[in-house]
Formats: sequence, C-alpha cells, structure tokens
Amino acid sequence: MAEDCILETTGLVKEFRGFVAVNGVDLKVRRGHIHALIGPNGAGKTTCFNLLTKFLEPTRGDICFNGIDITREAPEKIARRGIVRSFQISAVFPHLTVLENVRIALQRKLGTSFHFWKSDRSLDLLNDRAMELLTSVDLQDCADMVTVEMPYGRKRALEIATTLALDPELMLLDEPTQGMGHEDVDRVMQLIKKVSANRTILMVEHNMKVVAGISDTLTVLARGSVLAEGPYAEVAANPLVIEAYMGTEVDELASPAGH
Amino acid sequence: MSRRVTIAYLVGLVLLLLAPTLIYPILVMKVLCFALFACAFNLLLGYTGLLSFGHAVFLGTAGYVTGHALKVWELPTLVGLLAGTVAAAALGWVIGSLAIRRQGIYFAMVTLALAQMVFFFFLQAPFTGGEDGLQGVPRGTLFGLDLANDINLYYLVVAIFAASFWLIQRTIHSPFGQILKAIRENEPRAISLGYDVAKYKLLAFVLSAGLAGLAGATKTLVFKFATLTDAHWHTSGEVVLMTLLGGMGTVFGPLVGATIIVTLQNELADKVGSLVTVIMGAIFVICVLAFRRGIVGESLALYKRMIGQKI
Repeated sequence: MAEDCILETTGLVKEFRGFVAVNGVDLKVRRGHIHALIGPNGAGKTTCFNLLTKFLEPTRGDICFNGIDITREAPEKIARRGIVRSFQISAVFPHLTVLENVRIALQRKLGTSFHFWKSDRSLDLLNDRAMELLTSVDLQDCADMVTVEMPYGRKRALEIATTLALDPELMLLDEPTQGMGHEDVDRVMQLIKKVSANRTILMVEHNMKVVAGISDTLTVLARGSVLAEGPYAEVAANPLVIEAYMGTEVDELASPAGH
Repeated sequence: MSRRVTIAYLVGLVLLLLAPTLIYPILVMKVLCFALFACAFNLLLGYTGLLSFGHAVFLGTAGYVTGHALKVWELPTLVGLLAGTVAAAALGWVIGSLAIRRQGIYFAMVTLALAQMVFFFFLQAPFTGGEDGLQGVPRGTLFGLDLANDINLYYLVVAIFAASFWLIQRTIHSPFGQILKAIRENEPRAISLGYDVAKYKLLAFVLSAGLAGLAGATKTLVFKFATLTDAHWHTSGEVVLMTLLGGMGTVFGPLVGATIIVTLQNELADKVGSLVTVIMGAIFVICVLAFRRGIVGESLALYKRMIGQKI
C-alpha cells in the first residue's frame, strides 16, 4: 500500500538552539485525502509545514514525496514537484492586480520568465486560464482590482486560486480560515472541498467545524510530537487529545456542529 | 509601455533634441548620464526591492575601462563604450552573486563593502591616475562625425539615453519584470510558486550594473576624463537621493531627481561652496519626512485623488 502514500515523513526533527520544535514526527498523508493537522499553539504545526516545503532545513529525518526522497531539495524545487503551500498570513502580491497575481503562477510554464526584452503583452494568452481560476473562487468581478484593496476573505480566496494555478498534486494550506467571519469560513470550506477533487490537501486548521466537516484524516500534534492520528470521531474521543485541549477547546472537540 | 508613458517619452525626446539651442549641452549631457545611472538604480530599488549601496562602483569602473580603452588602446568610441558597459556588468555579476545571499540591510552592507574594496583598488592601481584621475581621454569619431564637437556628441548621448531608458521600461514591463515585482511584493510566495528568486535577482543586478556602467562610460566621454569621485560612496549615496527625491518605483522619478540634484549642484557649487553638501542633506531629510513617494510619486497620487473626486 506504499503507493497510496503521497507524502511520508520518518523521524522528522527540528531543533532551534536546544529547543525541539518538531520531535520525531512520522506523518503519512494518503493520496486523495484531506488531511488536517491540529494541535495547541506551539505544537509545531507551522514548523512542520516549513520543513515539508523546505523553507526550513530539518535537523534529522526524511521526507518522501511519491516515493522520492526530497529531504535535501530547495524550496522552489519542491514547488515544481507539485507541493505548493499557502501561508498563515495571506500570501498575495499586494500591489499587483488580482489577475496578475494568478498570472505570476501561470507564467512559469511559458518558459519566458527571464525574457526581459519581451513585452508583457506576451502574457495575455494566459488571461483566459487566469479568469477561469478566478471564476472558480468567485473572484471574476475583481480581476482588475489592485489586490491590496480587497477584503481579507477574498485575498485568501485569491491565494487559493493562485495555488491552484500550479495544479499541485499536494496542497498545503496553513490556517486557510484564520481570521475570517462565519460566512467566509463556510465559503472557504466549500472551496477546499471543491478543489480537493483529484488532489491531496494537508492543512493546519484551528476551526474544529472545518476540521470535522471536511477532513478525512486528522493528526494531532502536541509539543512537537504526534499525539493521535485517525478519523475525526476516533481522535476526538481520545483521552490524550482531550487532555491536550484544555478548557473550551474540549467542548469544541465534543460538539463541532455547535457553532 | 502604457500610452501615457509613451507620449511623455516622445515629448521628452523632442525637448531633448531641441535643448542644446537653449541650454549648455555639457550640462544636459551630465544630467542625462546621472539620469541613466538613477534609472538603472531604480530598476533594482524600485522594481526588485533591492537597495544596493555601492552602485557608484559600476559607474566608476566603466568610466576607467572606457577611458583606458580609448586613451591607451585607442579603440573606436563605440567599442570603448561597450567595453566599459561589459566590465561593469561583469563586476555586477561578481558583486551581485555575493550580495544576493543576504537580505535587507545586510545586502546593502555587502554591496557597500565590496564597492569600497574596488574603490581602494582604483585609488592604488597605476592605470587610474589615483587622485588625479584618468585625464585626456579622446572622444574619437562616430560614422565620420567628430565627437570633439559638443553638439555631435550631444546627439550620441541622447540616443544612448533614449535607448537605455526604453530598455529599462521594457524590462519593467516584461515577463521578467513581472517576476521581479512579485519578488519585491512577497519573496516567500514567489519561492513557493516555484521561482528560483536568486537567479532573478542576479539578472536584475547585472542589468542594473551594466546600465549604470553605460552611464559611467558615457560620462567619461563627455568630460574626457574618468575620476575617483565616480566610484566613491558619496556618489552611491547621491543616486539613492536622486531616486528617492524623484520617486522610486516610478518611471520618470529618477530622471526628475537626477535633473534637480545635478542642476542644483551645478548652480550652487561656485556660489555657496561646500555648503552644497548641507543643502543636499536638507533636501534628503525633507524628502523622507514630507513626501516619501518623491516628486513624481506624490504628483501621481495627487492626480489620482483629483480624478477620483471628479467621478
């Protein structure tokens, strides 16, 4: 069943001057799943993301993507292999238009990105595809807007459209609904569900409603290590997990539909 | 280029062609050399977000190489200009490769340190003439026209400036320019989209160094000598001032900034003497405190607000 695993880490460790942020994490992400990574603050979720996309160098351990060892590769190489990430704080190009944001992701395939003597009108042939992507996240009417002028929720939608432009096999979303109102959360949740067809998604998420609603598998991290792994219902009943989530978070785990 | 920029470009070009009937051509040529220098610098600072604090080294290096090529090797004028430009671009490749490994203030410090090393090399090397500079560089001829004639040279300088300015505009509005802007706006995001940002920064650095070199080479031709001042860090500071004063990241900002600074220096030098430095400093402070977007940047913002109010 090895080919069923798109991403596998073995004994992943990250130390920062004596502080162990990620401590021997074995993560198996199955192809086609929406896999959520949860855990209290400081559990090492974002560090894990940074290790997987090589924005940080692991101290020890291996990362395998589609059976290939990618532990020592550069971050842009990882992206070209089909692992594309988003960031905790919305990652857009603020002073470019919405359409240009998506086009930046599309234009690498043209192979003209070093051509400084060519007019940028040569990029117009990407506009149709860019509009398609914007339509898929319901931003078709904002195409000519300068991104910085858009509300937060829409920036996150744009970020997903930009990530989708690379048609990644594996999408890593770092808190895609963070800081959003209820309506936006629902919208982004539906969007993630929609784009998960034919691809794998690994996401860090705090909102239990989202986790319960769309994830197939759940990994709980605490103090840099895996505490529990499995389907939502199973993990939520795990006493270790309930103990790690003190106070209100216990209620959230127990009754995700309550919000 | 957008239509408005094209119109401004053409109008400017016509004005430049007519200018020598009204203004002393050497002054205009000096302005154009520094304007090209500032435009090249703006390509890095304004459109890639890289502050090189040693950019004068490219101006100075090209000046010496062109001077040496014309005076000692007696090469044709165009070949001499080309030699200076290529030398500056090559030096840009070396300094750029080292500097882009660091970011922000560290990038600026690395460029400054390396530029200072080259400066002291020029100070000691025998072929530069040390503090006296490399004097008596012949201008030569071009297509049978004697460039010793200021007007003939003037039209060559205008052609060089116009072509370089066009190339910089084209670079900004090219597929490559889009990636530069993406790096300026959000470097981690550009990496996560699969771009090897170091290569893009390096190419931008080499282009900028080469064009700064072309400015220095042309300047040597205009003044018939290459000087240590051009490689000094004061000049590196001046180009930052020109770009900020005019408006960084705007098309015409560096041109406006260079015009103001060079003209002021020229007018004030024999009137207030060394007070010029104080005046420049005061201008810099006012610029940074009161109008951060620079003259062109602030004017554009004002224009946009007025248009917005009408609707």
